[in-house]
Amino acid sequence: MNGRVIELQSAAADGCASAPVLRERGQREVFCGLTGIVWLHRKIQDAFFLVIGSRTCAHLIQSAAGVMIFAEPRFATAIIDERDLAGLADAQDELDRVVARLLERRSDIRTLFLVGSCPSEVIKLDLSRAALRLSQRFAPQVRVLNYSGSGIETTFTQGEDACLASLVPGLPAEPAGAAPSLVVVGALADVVEDQFARLLAQIGITRVGFLPARRSDAMPAVGPNTRYLLAQPFLADTARALEQRGARRIAAPFPLGVEGTSRWLEAAAAAFGTDAQTVGVVTQAARTRATAALQRQRSVLEGKSIFFFPDSQLEPPLARFLSRELGMRLTEVGTPYLHREHLAEELALLPAEARLSEGQHVEKQLDRCRVAQPDIVVCGLGLANPLEAEGLTTKWAIELVFTPIQGYEQAADLAELFARPLRRRELLAA
Amino acid sequence: MQLTLWTYEGPPHIGAMRVATAMKGLHYVLHAPQGDTYADLLFTMIERRNQRPPVTYTTFQARDLGGDTAELFKTAAREAYERFKPQAMIVGASCTAELIQDDPGGLAAALNLPVPVVALELPAYQRKENWGASETFYQLVRALCMPHVPQPGTTQERDAGTRVRCNVLGPTALGFRHRDDLREVLDLLRRLQVDINVVAPLDATPHDLTRLGEANFNVVLYPEVASQAAQWLLRSFGQAIVKTVPIGVGATREFIREVAALSGADPTELLNDSRARSPWYAKSVDSTYLTGKRVFVFGDATHVVTAARIAAHELGFQVVGLGTYSREFAREVREAAKLYGVEALITDDYLEVEERVAALQPELVLGTQMERHIAKRLGIPCAVISAPMHVQDFPARHAPQMGFEGANVIFDAWVHPLMMGLEEHLLTMFRGDFEFHDGASPSHLGSAARPAPETAHAATIAAAVAEAVETTDVAVAEPVTVAATWTNDAEKELKKIPFFVRGKARRNTEAYAGERGLTPITVETLYDAKAHYSR
Repeated sequence: MNGRVIELQSAAADGCASAPVLRERGQREVFCGLTGIVWLHRKIQDAFFLVIGSRTCAHLIQSAAGVMIFAEPRFATAIIDERDLAGLADAQDELDRVVARLLERRSDIRTLFLVGSCPSEVIKLDLSRAALRLSQRFAPQVRVLNYSGSGIETTFTQGEDACLASLVPGLPAEPAGAAPSLVVVGALADVVEDQFARLLAQIGITRVGFLPARRSDAMPAVGPNTRYLLAQPFLADTARALEQRGARRIAAPFPLGVEGTSRWLEAAAAAFGTDAQTVGVVTQAARTRATAALQRQRSVLEGKSIFFFPDSQLEPPLARFLSRELGMRLTEVGTPYLHREHLAEELALLPAEARLSEGQHVEKQLDRCRVAQPDIVVCGLGLANPLEAEGLTTKWAIELVFTPIQGYEQAADLAELFARPLRRRELLAA
Repeated sequence: MQLTLWTYEGPPHIGAMRVATAMKGLHYVLHAPQGDTYADLLFTMIERRNQRPPVTYTTFQARDLGGDTAELFKTAAREAYERFKPQAMIVGASCTAELIQDDPGGLAAALNLPVPVVALELPAYQRKENWGASETFYQLVRALCMPHVPQPGTTQERDAGTRVRCNVLGPTALGFRHRDDLREVLDLLRRLQVDINVVAPLDATPHDLTRLGEANFNVVLYPEVASQAAQWLLRSFGQAIVKTVPIGVGATREFIREVAALSGADPTELLNDSRARSPWYAKSVDSTYLTGKRVFVFGDATHVVTAARIAAHELGFQVVGLGTYSREFAREVREAAKLYGVEALITDDYLEVEERVAALQPELVLGTQMERHIAKRLGIPCAVISAPMHVQDFPARHAPQMGFEGANVIFDAWVHPLMMGLEEHLLTMFRGDFEFHDGASPSHLGSAARPAPETAHAATIAAAVAEAVETTDVAVAEPVTVAATWTNDAEKELKKIPFFVRGKARRNTEAYAGERGLTPITVETLYDAKAHYSR
């Protein structure tokens, strides 16, 4: 077998911060960045996502959406055909025609994202030029932006990063001398966003915006007095774009679990001159509730081993939550891309025995997983049923992206996502 | 560029995957970027297969472009061979890899692998999934059978007195009821004293394919997949093709006669198989209410042509429209449409299909999962007859479409969404009953009755149109530009007509009034129009 033994370091005080990372390349069993459209089009309610790609792109989004969505979706694909490739049709003219037809049908659209794909990148179709031209044509009614969700450049959640980064240059400017403001960055379920807004207000941070906002005209302003707090670990480009607008990042772990949420809020509070004690008072009730709720899941999860295949970049914070708050044992924690700076606080909290891997060679990783025989495997939809058939218990990784999991009130829900497959296995075996 | 909301078919390499995944001992190396592995979930999640498709993806990235993507392909192909030790391999490119022109066939040949390697050319910007499945199967059959093709002029040696053997061609992975259809067809063939030589692609190995020439004839279950290969086998081995697709009682009987003629068996007993319950169910007086139900049929060519025949001749429906997304079989579908006096809709544009359904206002839609959503929005009952596949199209129970049992299944599946006979009459008689309002679905489908919303007395057409647009969630019906006005009494009377024919009644009445310059439309006009259009 190709299974490769990974050198384990003795337990270090800095957790996994200096642990070796197994970097692999080969077949990747992950989605491309286009998949982010599946949640982004629901999050930004007046936005439309037009993929410029192939039939494969259209088929991918349709299949990733799982079942076909009941309402007319706010996404579509402009399928490139041989006429476009042969130069018989000017791709830019074709795009104008498609966009005009689309906007005619959907007068409710305020932001249109032209989303690049593998084929559009390979043929070097200039979507930024198209976005500029179409923005001028449909202003002020519709703003047209572009980003790439292509698989040759982006992995799954990096599509959201690219989308949000494309929004940043157009965000309103905070006037010079404005009072300090906070922007929470990363798509969150509306209910989670509302909870965070309430908690932050109680802590005393009142000038709070969320990127992305639910509507195009409610996007947060940004300026030199803006501090931003990442709610998701996969937002490298967005962070860079915000820095260029003068905003500064508040370093924090991610708000998963009670510990993660507390540290995340405390980091925000500290940046705005509020002490941790105040945060403790404000969050007392929610923490108590969440901790009690987690205890019930802990009885199922404690001592169980878990193996992560790379999927959403959420893996390190999830692993931290499961090991520190639920007592799970970490085997391999695979992630498509490890952003050391944004994950520094997370890596410091991860137990040193966790094996980190980045990138993927799916066959070799499957070999390692079979050797490890974990109690539960977190993996993509292509691997889950085959692994179940081999006798392993699995958790679909994609559900972790589509479910409200951040914050105190969702901490037990998040734990339940891992406990349910284990409980189910017991029920079916009985 | 084509604006696409939903696509009926995937790209052609998905068709190749359907063939590869159906087979055993075959491995597919696909030159493709990250993300194309989504296709695995079609098989592992939608079809609930317990194994990964036998596909290795090269997963090239932007930084590989212009560099070593060809080397990447060779490494992936070599590793795949070493790991899986297949009897044969197929190699090809997905849409993006087609653009970078690495020539997977040439690269694989350079590896000198000790098994047959079939290179696939599947033009992703011209062709689609079913074409890809057909081309893949044909190329495999051709490559693996070629060494066994007899010299021109020589005839196949077949032992006299031995039983007749046939191949069954067409069933793939991710096919609409292929697994269950196959069981029915194998049973029919067995009872007609035909031995099975090879079933392919489903569960066949590359080695099995080399033996295809040993059969006397070929049964083509799904022409979309197997027609091309069967034509080549006919030319190369002189194998006759059984072309009747046994979906529906009539077609099943035709199939039995066609096979019996080739096998020499007496078909009499099988033709009168007592398991064929659907003909009696259709004759039963309870089914009288099905008479003349207006149906719209859309799907792949095979299922549309057979469904229309069942609808018209076995259930007594009226086919008011039919169409297909299978452009390769447009001619066959147009021919079928002529039988029912309608024009076939040949399109893969979901929006066009939606417009057609909205315009025709059928009482039942027989379509795909897409039409199921169209029908849901328009409040029309629907049964699914064809791919694209949905997890619901893989029921745990045996649910074939082919053979007599298939006809039984179809009877149930199509009749179930409709109102039951007496229920429909009661609905017509007692419009005022709060449980019988427009939103009420058939009682046997189990949604709780909700009180009807208060209806405004002076509903105008504009309001009705606006309401329709709102409830359908999509502007399918262009706002009607005619300025027909209705008296309040006529509007109320119109509301007493069951909702599923009300749209048609309104249009007919307005057309009738418009032609005669009658305005406003009164109760009298409504009944004059009803008499005028009654059949």
